[in-house]
Amino acid sequence: MEIKVLGPGCANCTKMKEMAEQAVKDLGIEAKIEKISDIKEIMKYTMSTPGLVVNGKLKHSGKPLPSPEKVKELIGSEA
Amino acid sequence: MLQEFADYITYSVVGLERGDALANALSFFIYDTIKIFMLLTTIIFAVAVIRSYFSPEKTRRILSHKKEFIGNILAALLGIVTPFCSCSAVPLFIGFVESGVPLGVTFSFLISSPMVNEIALVMLWGLFGWEIALIYAGTGVLLAIISGIVIGRLKMEKYVQDYVWQMEIGSMEETGLTFRDRLVYARDYTKDLLKKLWPYVVVGIGVGAFIHGYVPVDFVMKYAGPDNSFAVIVAVLIGVPLYSNAAGIIPIVQALVGKGMVMGTVLAFMMATTGLSFPEAVILKNVLKMRLLITFFGIVAVGIIIVGYLFNAIL
Repeated sequence: MEIKVLGPGCANCTKMKEMAEQAVKDLGIEAKIEKISDIKEIMKYTMSTPGLVVNGKLKHSGKPLPSPEKVKELIGSEA
Repeated sequence: MLQEFADYITYSVVGLERGDALANALSFFIYDTIKIFMLLTTIIFAVAVIRSYFSPEKTRRILSHKKEFIGNILAALLGIVTPFCSCSAVPLFIGFVESGVPLGVTFSFLISSPMVNEIALVMLWGLFGWEIALIYAGTGVLLAIISGIVIGRLKMEKYVQDYVWQMEIGSMEETGLTFRDRLVYARDYTKDLLKKLWPYVVVGIGVGAFIHGYVPVDFVMKYAGPDNSFAVIVAVLIGVPLYSNAAGIIPIVQALVGKGMVMGTVLAFMMATTGLSFPEAVILKNVLKMRLLITFFGIVAVGIIIVGYLFNAIL
């Protein structure tokens, strides 16, 4: 599985990445988590950061952040 | 009710004398802290629920290819309700202009969004009354509309960084939410925001309480009273670097008003604090060439100064 966390690097984006890492660990799945801060790459998916992309699909974008359970659900639905 | 509780703590529990400066300061501090936190919690929660219906994607769709004037009015109004933080200003800006939102309309949005925000409005409502909060919101929206129209008329499209026009953007589908999701989001958002804000609010009210109890009227009258004609300009210059601390600043300003600071100066100061900020300028530098960035700041700053003098004259 390929997970991308989109964001220029504000506190919310860091938190989103942490939640994604935790979710992957809890679900016990293999996943490559990448933090994308290049604006050109971000714009391919969304204009509201932070964004969560799982296997090329935009699962969440913008504030407020989803809860850790919701992140697990979003990632789990693609597993 | 609240005032009685504050008085009860001050005079009966702590046992201070009536009329004492410390007693005034303490009673003021207790009263304001409780009132502001009650207001902040309820309003931020309500606003967060409303905001979850206005995604930047939806706003962009509404504003795309809108004409000057109508577009500027809509952009300034949508700026109030569309969730936006300065860290996502760059993707938002690119998303807007790429999908055909005129540059001036985009600026109306960028100006109103941080300036007319719920934190500033709650603090103004709680400490100055709803009339002032309404004047602030109305003036902020008007300023955003006019500044956006002016920037649009200046035809500054070539001062947007070149790569912005060449960017390839995706379909930007929206992620759907249930009503329950929205409530959970609103709750988490309120919790997060209060966690971040409370030290500023408490310190702000504390400093306000100190001013209320100890700073003499003459002192404030001299620097921020109606006779100092440079007060508005100085207030704007001080306001710009104080970004995002609106929650802590309004209680201090309120105490200064009690000592003779005039309302126009207060409004100008508040608008400069929320509407113009150095961090935002640094972020926007990624998409705007210097000339446009300076024009944007200049127009908004001049607008705010005019607002200040205007309200000093009529309020």
